[in-house]
Amino acid sequence: MRARVPVPLLVPAILGLLFLILPLVGLLARTPWATLAERLTEPGVVAALRLSLLTSTVATVFCLALGVPLAWLLARVEFPGRRLVRALITVPLVLPPVVGGIALLLALGRRGLIGQWLDQTFGISLPFTTAGVVVAESFVALPFLVIAVEGALRGADSRYEEAAATLGANRWTTFTHVTLPLVAPGIAAGAVLCWARALGEFGATITFAGNYPGITQTMPLAVYQTMESGDLEGAVVLSLILLIVSVAILAGLRDRWLTAP
Amino acid sequence: MSLLDARLVAERGAFRLDIGLRIEPGETVALLGPNGAGKTTALRALAGLTPLSGGHLTLNGEDLRGTPTERRPIGVVFQDYLLFPHLSARDNVAFGPRRHGMDRKAAHAVADRWLDRVGLAEHGRRKPRQLSGGQAQRVALARALAVDPVLLLLDEPLAALDARTRLETRGELRRHLAEHPGATLIVTHDPLDALVLADRLVIVEQGRVVQEGDAATITARPRTDYVARLVGLNLYRGRGGGHTVELSGGLVLTSTDIVHGDAFVAFPPAAVALHPHRPDGSPRNTWPAVLADVQQHGDSLRVRLDGPISVAADITPAAAAQMGLTPGRELWVAVKAAETRAYPASG
Repeated sequence: MRARVPVPLLVPAILGLLFLILPLVGLLARTPWATLAERLTEPGVVAALRLSLLTSTVATVFCLALGVPLAWLLARVEFPGRRLVRALITVPLVLPPVVGGIALLLALGRRGLIGQWLDQTFGISLPFTTAGVVVAESFVALPFLVIAVEGALRGADSRYEEAAATLGANRWTTFTHVTLPLVAPGIAAGAVLCWARALGEFGATITFAGNYPGITQTMPLAVYQTMESGDLEGAVVLSLILLIVSVAILAGLRDRWLTAP
Repeated sequence: MSLLDARLVAERGAFRLDIGLRIEPGETVALLGPNGAGKTTALRALAGLTPLSGGHLTLNGEDLRGTPTERRPIGVVFQDYLLFPHLSARDNVAFGPRRHGMDRKAAHAVADRWLDRVGLAEHGRRKPRQLSGGQAQRVALARALAVDPVLLLLDEPLAALDARTRLETRGELRRHLAEHPGATLIVTHDPLDALVLADRLVIVEQGRVVQEGDAATITARPRTDYVARLVGLNLYRGRGGGHTVELSGGLVLTSTDIVHGDAFVAFPPAAVALHPHRPDGSPRNTWPAVLADVQQHGDSLRVRLDGPISVAADITPAAAAQMGLTPGRELWVAVKAAETRAYPASG
């Protein structure tokens, strides 16, 4: 027999649900369905969407290349200051992205700590370029990947790695042939999370890379600018696209994240 | 010179392992002991998975102390096998040969040969989760042997199997171990595994070797309570004076063996007779005792008795019914001198 749900729990629960869903309903209700098709194919929209997909994908690859080894180091190697390193990694997670953007400018800007050297030695300048967008997105998204992958590594049985060693595998071969395949699902989940975070990135991007259509104007920036210029309908269309992409990601992760344990 | 010659010293918190170990080519040694005796630590130290804090380790004339696990000529069968779940049985077995420099084709040929030897030629494409416990055990053995190890290490190789599979697998494992030309060390807490699989037993308790020898010697002349319990003997220590051994409580046991000085006396529970009254006649070893408890033991009943010494006796259910065995009942214990064995405690 099923116990009755207490009203003091049921009412706020339903209100919370409505609070999350109503804005999305509002978005759908105001969508100009009649002109949607032609709006979607406007050159500005296509350019922003292309740029968003490109930069968030490149940022994810970049994060995988650096984040998986970093997560492995944190999960498998004892070194002094490991807890501090782990704490540092979570800083970008709680830092307002705008502050992250300013920090990036100070580090990688033309007058920045490293940026100055990059500019003088290689003639590379990151701010206000598409590469700068990738940097800003990676900065914000990397912690998501590291935390997800480290969790997966800690959950994986490290005795498989010992078994590999007894069979003659050195640490690198063990990593590529045993550890990676074992935590592949965790890495995939982390990568999708990282990609979603990069796709929605706004604050760090607009601060560090600016808002140049076709070069640094990603979808969230385009939404913001369209809205500012008074074109509510345009902003709605762009938002709808982002909404659809986000829901698609959630659907892809359904099995992993949405089925409660 | 032995193929393996080691003195393994390792510390883990307050626990200290310090055991000497020698294994000849083709010999199988069982490291037998209760849980927490340090058996697995010894195995891990031999494999290089746990660092040694002292002693020496020579395999095939080569000092292995500074050699990392992946360069030691060893094979390990882990207790729960640790077959790589993402690889097929065949790729699991081929993993070692691949790491030892074989190309994919050659490694697969080696893997197929080994799977065939353990009777799993048909199962090479299965993933570990599709294998039964006994099959997984055989794949793990094939995987460990496929690198032609000089030293084969098995950690509780049969512990994860159910009773029936265990029986079959034990016999098969024995055959494969007999064919292995290198040294083999089995770590186990199961005396039956040790007796069936090993040529020689090394008994470890609390990080030390307490006894070693072949199965016949150890079962006939246990030197610790643990070993005595394993082989099902009553064991006491005392001072020998010819045909008698005086135990610390003052009880004197008579034996047909002759022993002097620090000595053990052992006799099987089946050699213990119980009487409601003081028996007359031949048995010279008699003493009064109080029944502590009774348990079913195979076809007979195992009776535990307190008194000057604690003793286990096996009696038939008929005899038990006749005497009315309830805890607290006072009885007389008798053991024939010819059924006891007395032997020196030293050496």
